[in-house]
Amino acid sequence: MILDVNQAGFRYDSVRMIFSGISFSLGEQEVLCILGPNGIGKSTLIRCLANLYPLCAGSIRLHDRDIRSLNYRDVARVIGYVPQAHEITFPFSVREFVLMGRAPHLGLFASPGKEDRTKADEAIGLVGIQKITDKPVNEISGGEYQLAMIARALAQEPEVLLLDEPTSHLDFGNQIRVLEIIDRLARDGLSVIMSSHFPDHAFLTSNNVAIMQHGSFMAYGLAEEVVTETNLKATYGVDVSITYSHDVERHVCVPHRSGQCRCRDPKQPEYSPKMAAMVPAMR
Amino acid sequence: MVFIYSLLPLIFICSLFFGRYEVSPQHVLQILAAPVTDLVPGNLIQIEHTWTAAEENVIYQIRLPRLVAAVLVGAGLSIAGAAYQGLFKNPLVSPDILGVASGAGFGAALAILLSWNMAMIQVSAFCFGILAVTITYLLSRFYRTTPTLILVLSGIIVAAFFTALISLTKYVADPYEKLPAITFWLMGSLASVRYSDLLMVIPFFLIATGILLLIRWRINLLAVGDDEARALGIDTKRMGQVIILCSTLITASAVCIAGIIGWVGLVVPHLGRMLVGPDYTRLLPACLLLGACYMLIIDDLARMLTNAEIPLGILTAIVGAPFFAYLLSRKSVGWI
Repeated sequence: MILDVNQAGFRYDSVRMIFSGISFSLGEQEVLCILGPNGIGKSTLIRCLANLYPLCAGSIRLHDRDIRSLNYRDVARVIGYVPQAHEITFPFSVREFVLMGRAPHLGLFASPGKEDRTKADEAIGLVGIQKITDKPVNEISGGEYQLAMIARALAQEPEVLLLDEPTSHLDFGNQIRVLEIIDRLARDGLSVIMSSHFPDHAFLTSNNVAIMQHGSFMAYGLAEEVVTETNLKATYGVDVSITYSHDVERHVCVPHRSGQCRCRDPKQPEYSPKMAAMVPAMR
Repeated sequence: MVFIYSLLPLIFICSLFFGRYEVSPQHVLQILAAPVTDLVPGNLIQIEHTWTAAEENVIYQIRLPRLVAAVLVGAGLSIAGAAYQGLFKNPLVSPDILGVASGAGFGAALAILLSWNMAMIQVSAFCFGILAVTITYLLSRFYRTTPTLILVLSGIIVAAFFTALISLTKYVADPYEKLPAITFWLMGSLASVRYSDLLMVIPFFLIATGILLLIRWRINLLAVGDDEARALGIDTKRMGQVIILCSTLITASAVCIAGIIGWVGLVVPHLGRMLVGPDYTRLLPACLLLGACYMLIIDDLARMLTNAEIPLGILTAIVGAPFFAYLLSRKSVGWI
């Protein structure tokens, strides 16, 4: 096991526990997907795992050593952290940005050398953004920026990749492309923990899924066992349907046609004037 | 980069030609070369001493220390400003953001009010500058929220407090002698810089600048974000302390020999970014050179424009503000 989390608990102030009693472990090449509603503490948990915040209870063990006994640099050599996208003030080029991932392997007064540049370029190649290496990071698209952050974490040469909602803010195509890259990295030997807002994504990449609810893992296990209609109803309060699709040969998760959305019924003829007349009344 | 490197010696030599006391360029070069050729054994090269002792005095005792001071102050304020802009992830930060200038200004004003001598005025300015930043830092430790933001707010509080104390000093000062002295000191000048002043501050300048240059690549990571820097293995708190300590030493040293000189630490880093990009490995050396050149030119203007010296603080703003406005109108700035 690379990462062992035991009864982890965290709070910002003395009033409210963000989460508590969270235990799980992560082996090599494993992908864990953390689902849960907005503001439940997924990002906080990932920050704790990245050693950015110290736990208030329980422990995180990295290769059987307590993470509190390690300094930032030791942790950074094992864990690569990909935060949520945020604005960057200064227009660093993508290459300079990815090169920053070499920091844990460099001495205090050193700046990156030829070998580091090669490794950064390799990381850029792994996520496929060679074409934009000289562009400033604040002028590239959200999808490219997400990939640049993943490349920077890869330049760290970590064993574990922590991704905080890697697919938010991305368009449909980029979401899938990012997931494919994450999956490929896992196949090539990385362990991955990512949080997500899309239960369907859990079926695409994960071995294990955890659902975070009320400050703890409400369910944890294989994707097919955890991402169920009952669990998602309890988590998000909406009706979904989980079915095995023979077309795509995997489980899919789709929301119901509920009373709130006027979905167009493909069996019915196109939008009728009668329906149009009803619209104001429905408001 | 080559262009920037060759610019500094050129401007430095040229600046030796300018001044109220006229010394012909030929004499300037001869005066400069004489000590070097005198070292050559066997009188192989000899320069005829055609200049007056007064000319030699002007060059060696007045202009040279003054130019060295301009180089130190310009380079120091620029590098400190650039480092702060990275630390605070904000391109509008200047080196006196944590209150060092106001503190030092009060230290000097108080010393002038108490009729201390020149050396004591400088020591007082230096100490109060350091004191102000220390108060800012301790104040920010009280609140346990976003560290950089609270640091800036504490800086504003401390600066406001010391600015009020400066006003109080001026209010109680004798209006015929001490008030003008305080006012002129606060506007900044390099006119009275001597070797002894330089000797006092050069160690601080060299050590602090050296440390900033050594850690310059890592300032990149701070400029991107604290969390990310920490996740990349950097002790951001320790590094922040080092940057604040170095920048404060540099700025306090600059203020104590030259008075309060604004705009240099704000404008020059932007100029540097336009020329060499935001990467601190290239930006900090560029800031050193550009800042030194900028200050030399400003000081030349201060000496040359009118019969009386124009205080430096006035010129840096009069030249710097329109220049900054021009920079903002260019697209290549990147952060707008």
